[in-house]
Amino acid sequence: MERRDFLKKAIIAIAGVSVPIASLEFIDPKKLFAARPELHWVFLVDCNKCVGCGFCVKACKLENGIPFDADVTRTWVERYVLTKDNKVYADSPKGARNGFTSQKIDQEAAGMKDIKPGDIDKAFFVPKLCNQCDNPPCVQVCPVGATYKTADGVVLIDRKWCIGCGYCIMGCPYGVRFFHPVYKVADKCNFCYHRITKGLKTACVDACPFGARKIGNIKDPNDPVTKVIMTERVGVLKDEFGTKPQAFYIGLSKEVR
Amino acid sequence: MKSHVWRPLYVVVALVAVILLARLVIVPKGFGAHDQGYMYGFHRLSNEAEWASMKPAYKFDISYCQGCHDDKVAALTSSKHSIIPCEDCHGPAMDHPDDPPKLNIDKSRDLCLRCHAHLPYPTSGRSVIPGIDPDAHNPGVECVECHNPHHPNLEEM
Amino acid sequence: MIPVHGELWTTKELFVLPNEYIYWAVQIVMYPFMTGVVAGAFVLSSLYHVFGIKQLKEIARFALVFSFALLPAAPLPLLLHLQQPFRGINVLMTPHFTSAIAAFGVVYLGYSCIVASELWFVYRKHFVDEVTAIRRKPERSGADRLRLLVFSVLTLGAYDTSPAAIEADHRAVKLLAGAGIPVACFLHGYAGFIFGSVKANALWMTPLMPVIFIMSAIVSGIALCILSYVVIMELRKLHVRHKRQASRYGAPTPEEIKGVETNVVKMTTKYLVIFMVLAITLELLDIIFRGYTAVKSWDIIREVIYGRDFTNIFVLQYAIGNLLPFTLLLIPGLTIRRTVIATMLVLFGVFMMRWNVVIGGQSFSLTLSGFMEYHLPIIPDSLETFKEGLFGALTVAVAPFFIFYVLNKFFPVFYEEEAK
Repeated sequence: MERRDFLKKAIIAIAGVSVPIASLEFIDPKKLFAARPELHWVFLVDCNKCVGCGFCVKACKLENGIPFDADVTRTWVERYVLTKDNKVYADSPKGARNGFTSQKIDQEAAGMKDIKPGDIDKAFFVPKLCNQCDNPPCVQVCPVGATYKTADGVVLIDRKWCIGCGYCIMGCPYGVRFFHPVYKVADKCNFCYHRITKGLKTACVDACPFGARKIGNIKDPNDPVTKVIMTERVGVLKDEFGTKPQAFYIGLSKEVR
Repeated sequence: MKSHVWRPLYVVVALVAVILLARLVIVPKGFGAHDQGYMYGFHRLSNEAEWASMKPAYKFDISYCQGCHDDKVAALTSSKHSIIPCEDCHGPAMDHPDDPPKLNIDKSRDLCLRCHAHLPYPTSGRSVIPGIDPDAHNPGVECVECHNPHHPNLEEM
Repeated sequence: MIPVHGELWTTKELFVLPNEYIYWAVQIVMYPFMTGVVAGAFVLSSLYHVFGIKQLKEIARFALVFSFALLPAAPLPLLLHLQQPFRGINVLMTPHFTSAIAAFGVVYLGYSCIVASELWFVYRKHFVDEVTAIRRKPERSGADRLRLLVFSVLTLGAYDTSPAAIEADHRAVKLLAGAGIPVACFLHGYAGFIFGSVKANALWMTPLMPVIFIMSAIVSGIALCILSYVVIMELRKLHVRHKRQASRYGAPTPEEIKGVETNVVKMTTKYLVIFMVLAITLELLDIIFRGYTAVKSWDIIREVIYGRDFTNIFVLQYAIGNLLPFTLLLIPGLTIRRTVIATMLVLFGVFMMRWNVVIGGQSFSLTLSGFMEYHLPIIPDSLETFKEGLFGALTVAVAPFFIFYVLNKFFPVFYEEEAK
């Protein structure tokens, strides 16, 4: 009686467990790799070249219909000033849409911070944009399937289906998402999908006079961006979150947040 | 007499049926788990084409401007400002000269200060760009009163 | 300048990213508060129906109807929060189940069906009695005709009130009450999962979050039921005294009511205290672990918990919302009056817990080097400041009571009033 009982229960348990195991099909890596074509967009930022002019931010806003005076932006530039007493001051006044025209650090409600030039150990600029992560947490948390990753690696938002819950905005560790003030749905950098699919470069890449921004196809071994990523030392932002960001940085410093 | 016990269940089943029928009407065609699977690829397929078909605003092609403005282009390309695309200062060309007939000519100091407000950052390329202190150097006067933006040669002044 | 959503009630300080605002404001505080009360009320009702704790019979029926009255009020904060409220149905149309919010559609509907079905079985005989009574009337007024229609529909055509049929009803109630407990826990547990699974937010990300939410949900549910039960019993006492009739159709005297009331309340507060202990243990565990492990985010979170939000957390939530009612409930010789004060403080404490999690998690920037402050809009000068302001929150808070008032007309909580 006992052995029969045990066998019965075991069979039921195995049958029960095999149902959730079947769901693993959803995340079969072999299937995912097969889906990827010979195109996968990646971005390269060179913090050594960025001077904080902010033309990239202006071009992005005007190219992508984000109202210039609205305090949200698909891309922005951060300034880091490290002083001799080991303090880090960082700001991004209006996302750097007007560049950096003052030495004072904009600390919002805490006022403007004066820093004496002699006190500065090092200072640099860091452009930021959507990393088009390979494991995008924003896509994972969308309750209705309004945001998704394309086969060529760009994360897009369906403006007609988004319900505006804001979960994706809360889910992004990089703070690249926001609510579009006019359309009232989620919005973010999409690598100027309408430009790159026509053979153009993104607005920010073309606008940068100093060549601090570049976009490329990691699947093309002859792409200059690919060559840099594969042969030179590059960093990524917040990789401890497991998001697998696809924007790579040259000249990243440990103070960058 | 257990038959009446099932009636609430019939109501629930009817509710589920209504929801499923509503789905047939409300959910757009082509909605499903595409290339990147259910977790990362659940979406309306036609949205991809919607984004791809948007019209670019910026041309970022100097030969386009050169067609009519070759004097400015010639001055620019022989100066240190050759690295700056025309549309950075003048805004997106779109269908210029049809629409808009004129592009923006921004003469404000703020435009030039984006690069030329001197910031004393020894480890950044910013400190190498010739710059001024905006409060000390002719405050309130437009930069273009003295400097030609298309050929800013200080020696020629 | 176009105000961006969140800009109106957020002030930033030091280094905050350009797109960061307090996007999840007071309505997102209200939502887990409401679903928590729903879950707690249902669990309380089930304690009688499933485990047969007879002293809870009176409060059980009340808790069930109240739980149903709270249900429509649960999606209300969400509708007020959504930037596209008319698209809210998309969650039911194309649910993306990798997202905890997508669970909302299934869990909410499932739970509503269970509570509605259980209510139907409890009140079916009442519907049949009402229909029979109105049908007997030679002359029917307009109101009578309406009531006849509503009650006829509510019977779902099941007019059998034989003892066997009623027995079937009772068994169905027991089954549904039992099945409903895990669903009620899920209804609120998933809300905790929504926050706990956001790895981008250093304050929210902890596996303890769903459990903390469930525990404090049960606390709030029990507290609200005790409070509402006492209020209703006091109203009944006033009603009976006013009519000066000691015993009308078996209605109890004010003294008898008081006796029952004190017993029920004493029993229920014991459960309340147990769950309060569980809830506070988990929260303190979370804070202690954070301080001990001191990961990258600890510097800024310490500044938020022990600095900027100290009053909100330690004074309002822990001291006034937990320690004080805990003490009040444990002092021997518990009176009804002390219970009322204690349960009100407990509800306040649970509300502050939701506030400190939702708003607290957005008080610091993703840069871990900046702060944001939330200014709850008081006077509504636009649709935005109404929806996500004080008046929006109050609308959500009072809606269940209006709904309960209407529901009580069809699902009377106290049978005696209906005797004719």
